Amino acid sequence: MQAVSKGDGMRGLAVFISDIRNCKSKEAEIKRINKELANIRSKFKGDKALDGYSKKKYVCKLLFIFLLGHDIDFGHMEAVNLLSSNRYTEKQIGYLFISVLVNSNSELIRLINNAIKNDLASHNPAFMGLALHCIASVGSREMAEAFAGEIPKVLVAGDTMDSVKQSAALCLLRLYRTSPDLVPMGDWTSRVVHLLNDQHLGVVTAATSLITTLAQKNPEEFKTSVSLAVSRLSRIVTSASTDLQDYTYYFVPAPWLSVKLLRLLQCYPPPDPAVRGRLTECLETILNKAQEPPKSKKVQHSNAKNAVLFEAISLIIHHDSEPNLLVRACNQLGQFLQHRETNLRYLALESMCTLASSEFSHEAVKTHIDTVINALKTERDVSVRQRAADLLYAMCDRSNAKQIVSEMLRYLETADYAIREEIVLKVAILAEKYAVDYSWYVDTILNLIRIAGDYVSEEVWYRVLQIVTNRDDVQGYAAKTVFEALQAPACHENMVKVGGYILGEFGNLIAGDPRSSPPVQFSLLHSKFHLCSVATRALLLSTYIKFINLFPETKATIQGVLRAGSQLRNADVELQQRAVEYLTLSSVASTDVLATVLEEMPPFPERESSILAKLKRKKGPGAASALDDGRRDPSSNDINGGVEPTPSTVSTPSPSADLLGLRAAPPPAAPPASAGAGNLLVDVFDGPAAQPSLGPTPEEAFLSELEPPAPESPMALLADPAPAADPGPEDIGPPIPEADELLNKFVCKNNGVLFENQLLQIGVKSEFRQNLGRMYLFYGNKTSVQFQNFSPTVVHPGDLQTQLAVQTKRVAAQVDGGAQVQQVLNIECLRDFLTPPLLSVRFRYGGAPQALTLKLPVTINKFFQPTEMAAQDFFQRWKQLSLPQQEAQKIFKANHPMDAEVTKAKLLGFGSALLDNVDPNPENFVGAGIIQTKALQVGCLLRLEPNAQAQMYRLTLRTSKESVSRHLCELLAQQF
Amino acid sequence: MIGGLFIYNHKGEVLISRVYRDDIGRNAVDAFRVNVIHARQQVRSPVTNIARTSFFHVKRSNIWLAAVTKQNVNAAMVFEFLYKMCDVMAAYFGKISEENIKNNFVLIYERLDEILDFGYPQNSETGALKTFITQQGIKSQTKEEQSQITSQVTGQIGWRREGIKYRRNELFLDVLESVNLLMSPQGQVLSAHVSGRVVMKSYLSGMPECKFGMNDKIVIEKQGKGTADETSKSGKQSIAIDDCTFHQCVRLSKFDSERSISFIPPDGEFELMRYRTTKDIILPFRVIPLVREVGRTKLEVKVVIKSNFKPSLLAQKIEVRIPTPLNTSGVQVICMKGKAKYKASENAIVWKIKRMAGMKESQISAEIELLPTNDKKKWARPPISMNFEVPFAPSGLKVRYLKVFEPKLNYSDHDVIKWVRYIGRSGIYETRC
Repeated sequence: MQAVSKGDGMRGLAVFISDIRNCKSKEAEIKRINKELANIRSKFKGDKALDGYSKKKYVCKLLFIFLLGHDIDFGHMEAVNLLSSNRYTEKQIGYLFISVLVNSNSELIRLINNAIKNDLASHNPAFMGLALHCIASVGSREMAEAFAGEIPKVLVAGDTMDSVKQSAALCLLRLYRTSPDLVPMGDWTSRVVHLLNDQHLGVVTAATSLITTLAQKNPEEFKTSVSLAVSRLSRIVTSASTDLQDYTYYFVPAPWLSVKLLRLLQCYPPPDPAVRGRLTECLETILNKAQEPPKSKKVQHSNAKNAVLFEAISLIIHHDSEPNLLVRACNQLGQFLQHRETNLRYLALESMCTLASSEFSHEAVKTHIDTVINALKTERDVSVRQRAADLLYAMCDRSNAKQIVSEMLRYLETADYAIREEIVLKVAILAEKYAVDYSWYVDTILNLIRIAGDYVSEEVWYRVLQIVTNRDDVQGYAAKTVFEALQAPACHENMVKVGGYILGEFGNLIAGDPRSSPPVQFSLLHSKFHLCSVATRALLLSTYIKFINLFPETKATIQGVLRAGSQLRNADVELQQRAVEYLTLSSVASTDVLATVLEEMPPFPERESSILAKLKRKKGPGAASALDDGRRDPSSNDINGGVEPTPSTVSTPSPSADLLGLRAAPPPAAPPASAGAGNLLVDVFDGPAAQPSLGPTPEEAFLSELEPPAPESPMALLADPAPAADPGPEDIGPPIPEADELLNKFVCKNNGVLFENQLLQIGVKSEFRQNLGRMYLFYGNKTSVQFQNFSPTVVHPGDLQTQLAVQTKRVAAQVDGGAQVQQVLNIECLRDFLTPPLLSVRFRYGGAPQALTLKLPVTINKFFQPTEMAAQDFFQRWKQLSLPQQEAQKIFKANHPMDAEVTKAKLLGFGSALLDNVDPNPENFVGAGIIQTKALQVGCLLRLEPNAQAQMYRLTLRTSKESVSRHLCELLAQQF
Repeated sequence: MIGGLFIYNHKGEVLISRVYRDDIGRNAVDAFRVNVIHARQQVRSPVTNIARTSFFHVKRSNIWLAAVTKQNVNAAMVFEFLYKMCDVMAAYFGKISEENIKNNFVLIYERLDEILDFGYPQNSETGALKTFITQQGIKSQTKEEQSQITSQVTGQIGWRREGIKYRRNELFLDVLESVNLLMSPQGQVLSAHVSGRVVMKSYLSGMPECKFGMNDKIVIEKQGKGTADETSKSGKQSIAIDDCTFHQCVRLSKFDSERSISFIPPDGEFELMRYRTTKDIILPFRVIPLVREVGRTKLEVKVVIKSNFKPSLLAQKIEVRIPTPLNTSGVQVICMKGKAKYKASENAIVWKIKRMAGMKESQISAEIELLPTNDKKKWARPPISMNFEVPFAPSGLKVRYLKVFEPKLNYSDHDVIKWVRYIGRSGIYETRC
């Protein structure tokens, strides 16, 4: 590179900059800048040409002013002129200005590109370097378009200097990152790979970066790089620290290159045996070097060395094939676990987490359990503690589960609030996964609730209940433990929930003991009742009614509690309804009925633990694939809930159906019947008015998760012997009643609001051409609450599938309050069709599932193509279509005022051409058009004769297809 | 109430920091510096709220004065106090500059203790302050003097001490007005108002009772009811005052009931009243602009000014500022009178005329060369502004009388020498072009 000569100091610039720095106030600075700008403007305007030096100086000043935050709107031309200068410094300033201030001004871009091209072709390494730097620092799509083809040539040309090659490789990398589609793959790729053999290490480093990025997208093309990389790596690793001269960093030979090579190798599976031997050797050497005493006390030395080591270890983990290496890596990391550098400990824990999942090294990782536990307890940095918790989770198996779980539980008492919930989930999962006996499991979870009740999410304690219900052997133990736990003066609400549920189901198992006799159990639970939230109280009420069944001796007491004004007249509808229903149930029903209704819960179907899903979600998108997430939400309803929330169940859920769900009930669920159940009950029992609750409470949601498939409302059973209609597990409900009317609005127009209620607005925008159409649906959330699980789907009823193809794009599952999402539908008409497709929209609003079904405004007339023809032609065709089944005629009364203009507009909107001077009566309308479908075309002629006196119309349609005639006739008739 | 008071230099370094209440911490000092002085965008609001703390600031040349509070205070009161504080400082050491403040550290802290107590503003009358905070160090005061100070500070008339004696009883009255205008290119007045001050300098003995009279419309009309012919005979115009404020010495009850301004003046200089009028303003100058764009690279500007007052009067310090586009590359100016120059640092042509009599007219024409730019933005054409000074009150205010009564001492109204002066200055005086 040419040195900047002393004479190029640009004194004027220095003076200007020092003036600016000496300004006392912003105003003074602006004044100085204005003055300078005026000066430069007059200089640039001046008639005599400026020499290169002053041009450079002024451009430099402009650049400085721009960097101070002022707008610069001139001087670009001068900067471009500088590009064509032959002096390095002038060219440099020109490029600097361009790369900072470039804008996509077409004429200038052309000039700039030209200058860059010239420089690239100049064979002057300094100029080529400048040009490449400019391309890379601008890095825009336009640059990529112009030069993506050129740079590879520079890169692989034989006569290019090393420094230029280096720049070219990095420049190409930058362009590839911004616009990968514009960088062509070609025969240069194989030659790029050979740059790994280059003598100049700088070139190799740059090339490795480029190849790594390229190989991630096109692994096949760069396969050959593996062996080259391995041999290069082995040469570096085996070299003495003095061999590489400039590329030795604190006694470590080429650390950056080594790291990059190791990264590159991680793009590929383990190589074939010949190369693999060499690679293993390299990795071993790296591991050996880590054992050697450090050659320098400087932190840079150990940083560089460890960087290579960690990259090597991640390569070992990536290959996961050499047990020997894995174990050695694990031991090496074990040493780092006790290192005094916090960063090293963090990295070691992180790498060990991945090592723990390998079958070869799992045992080796386990040997460090004490160190890790120690780290969890004593580490000062919370992020390191979090890694330690992760590692404990990863290394856990049947053999050490008890130890790890107890350690984590102990840690939980002092853990940071930020990671508590995660640890709770982990403990819950580990306890379940590796439980040998379930009494241990129950103990653990109850402990968990005791220690960190606030952080125990719903899923965790649902899971306990599921497991206890499903395992006969722990039920007694669970009841006993829960009973004991509840005796603590202050216990967490989650504990009360678990206790209430378990005692309600299995309280009888411990009733024999006088210390836990039924009245004692009841009074214990009831002592907590008043301190709990509504959801818990509702659950406890269910427990009480179960007690009436289990222990008839408590009936009087419990009825007294239910009868108390605080229950019967509770402000909360849910509690009130439960109290009223349970009270009546207990007094009306015979013991047999009670025993049937309040029988023990059936076992839950086995399924994936919902806790696991929750942990995945917590870990963020990185840990859990989007698929998992997407699947989880519907499944919690499908599998756990059993009943799909159809609109009918949503509107009037039957709150009593949940906990008391009956196995004995006839299997078909009766949502429509239960829909009426709430109201029906009031009539039947004639008790205090209880309103059906308006929406499911959170309680409802979880209980529906707990309940067995096909629950039946006991109330419905008692009260309503009428046959229950079975809607079946149909995916979508019937279209809403207004659907047809809404559809009619869109027969003659393409845009508008399709549907609107308090929650949601659906707008439509559509366009049709020939047999293709595109429709934009806009879903607007009118509330301030986020919609969840938002999923609009298009359904083809009947055999519409074969007539109309509708492609939908997925939309985001969440719609924020007040936000709007857009869905694009691509529609292709395959054949003529009669019924429109259905649009089913379902989402959760504030926990309550909502669903609605609409008719998509796609009717056959949308694919009309208007045809102009003369009167003669028209009549000729009209006569051709004279078969009786080709004609459809309708005489109907006008629904709207008869206005010729409006009618005309409607007919045009309908899609047909309007033909003037065809009908002898000028009042009449005549139209013609062709319906375009993929399979066939249907010619179509229409005639509309208004009779103003009678306020009647006669509409006649003749098409080549009978069904089309009738359908069109019906559609159009509704419009007038 | 005010929790603390800071003074910064232009770099944001703290020169004076006085905290009156515990709720203001040291970090408040930095908060203001970071969020206001060094803010990326220039902060234009004088009140800034940062982390539930309010900062009220005024700027004097390169010095920032900021009052800080966590409470809901009366912002007008705080600003009044800040302005008062500036006045006090100016009275002690002249111009408020970094150097002056650094040289008078002790003095300023002493004063801050006196004029602000636990955040409550106290007596900030310069004359009164000067009696007990002196620049020459503490003179040993006699017992008598000390008790005098106490009685003055705690007494009813805090702004004047007793026992003042002058051989010549003299007083000076200045009516200072600034006239603001925004005019359309066609000469239509878009907005105009005059804000004025009556400043009095009194050198009177004893405890004189003064009464000030002017041609206030309400007063004139009230009198007119009694003696209608007298007003018409005098032919005086009366003016409508939109709003006014008085020095604390003026008896407001009397003003409210009789609309008469009577007071016992402080010794030395003080501002008797401030007022604002918007009706029947005499606009001393009329600016007629003419801008013509000749192609993309040239602009022709012609500006005519006309003076609009009595030919016997002379306007002074006239300056017309004609903004130029941002891509100006050269300017040629021709003017008939005065001097004109293109000032690149301010992006304007500045035309200065020393003196100009009434009912005259003068003009300037300029050719501006432009550099073609890539920007398609059109020039915003900022208004042409003007500065001047005229020897009359553009609002039409006239002093009718100022009577002095001193019952105890033996001098009467006739013995007092009175001087009255009118100065009208331009405020923001702009004409769109």
